[in-house]
Amino acid sequence: MGATVTTAASKEKIWNGGEDIQPLGASYGKMMMWYFILSDSLTFAGFLASYGFTRFKFMDSWPIADEVFNHFPFLHGVNAPMYYVALMTFILIFSSVTMVLAVDAGHQMKQKKVATYMLLTIVGGLVFVGSQAWEWKNFITGTYGAVETKGGEILQFVDKDGKRLALADFADTSIVREDAALTKSKGVWSMKGGADTSVSMSQIKAGLEKNPDVLIRTQYTVEGNKHKKVVLSREETLKRADDFVYVVEGANLIRNEYGHKTFANLFFFITGFHGFHVSVGVLLNIIIFFNVLLGTYEKRRSYEMVEKVGLYWHFVDLVWVFVFTFFYLV
Amino acid sequence: MAAHASNTKRIWTVFVILSVITIVEVLLGIDKPDVLFHHDFLSLSYLNWIFIILTIVKAYYIMWAFMHLEGEKSSFRWSIVAPMFFLIIYLVCLVLIEGDYIHDVLKTSSYRWIF
Repeated sequence: MGATVTTAASKEKIWNGGEDIQPLGASYGKMMMWYFILSDSLTFAGFLASYGFTRFKFMDSWPIADEVFNHFPFLHGVNAPMYYVALMTFILIFSSVTMVLAVDAGHQMKQKKVATYMLLTIVGGLVFVGSQAWEWKNFITGTYGAVETKGGEILQFVDKDGKRLALADFADTSIVREDAALTKSKGVWSMKGGADTSVSMSQIKAGLEKNPDVLIRTQYTVEGNKHKKVVLSREETLKRADDFVYVVEGANLIRNEYGHKTFANLFFFITGFHGFHVSVGVLLNIIIFFNVLLGTYEKRRSYEMVEKVGLYWHFVDLVWVFVFTFFYLV
Repeated sequence: MAAHASNTKRIWTVFVILSVITIVEVLLGIDKPDVLFHHDFLSLSYLNWIFIILTIVKAYYIMWAFMHLEGEKSSFRWSIVAPMFFLIIYLVCLVLIEGDYIHDVLKTSSYRWIF
């Protein structure tokens, strides 16, 4: 009698062909989750490959990652490259561990344990998304500021020792901003006012002339050393001032203070797409978490759903491992 | 199903392995030893090679242990890993070689105006 009763539980792992047929030894849901992950990983591979392409194309003018991502919470002004993303990596790996522990507990039909581990995974995911938001905030705000030339090159400023200078460090703020009047109320509605930036172009130019120690650092690397940027001499610096067009602070999709324009675009796009995946993963985890609490999988006598969502969650971790390497390490 | 053995020990071992690899990566990334940083193999510095290999090792552990590929049938495993691996290698090789070529044209070639 028991053998003929079909419940939702025994059905979940059976394909339409019947009980004996299971292609490649996997249930339908699990196989489709894997093939979705396969296609999604190819999408991410495409993005990262395009990052590689752009970087190889502009090999001698690409920003140095250590100088861009060097913030750490509560350590203001301290140069701390890598630590923050390393922390983010740990958070995500750890949430992967709690997820796999939830799957493991599911195999043993321990409802309470599954729920606890799912909850920890959700918390880990939320902390990660929050960390990424903070990372974006720093990236968008910027630290030093730079100037864009007529040719679209980003020029940064350093002192004699090669230490980076913020625009406000040398700009002559005693001069009246030339862009101060460019507001809608003054009738110049078609011009985007310079009020967006902390200092104006004329203040920078004046400051540059006044401070003999300020030098320009270009986007390009020194011949023979891929990790060192060319710093102009004082005469060349003053000459370059004629080419200044925009004051650039922080980053947006048009220009960024770190260097090549595509750098910020790729950063926003790839980490954004990954962050979107994490957010979706958190949402799925929450749904599964409530199903576990409601006892849905106890009734089915199978926690396979936890396993399938777990696969997706590990995939998010897998992608982050690669993003971490190619954006921050390489 | 109920007789499923617990894998907790394996899970924690893999977690330790992944953590150690990440710590090594971060330490290398901060320290950047000159020997590895300024010397290239196939126009990629040794340091970058190390990072990429360690990343693939991490990916292996995540996929095999956490995503439990080691417990699947090998036919199923191959149906996932083979397309992923070969397509990505193929794409990356083509695209990076092309990027390097464009870099050379823009930088050195006398006919870049026609490019």
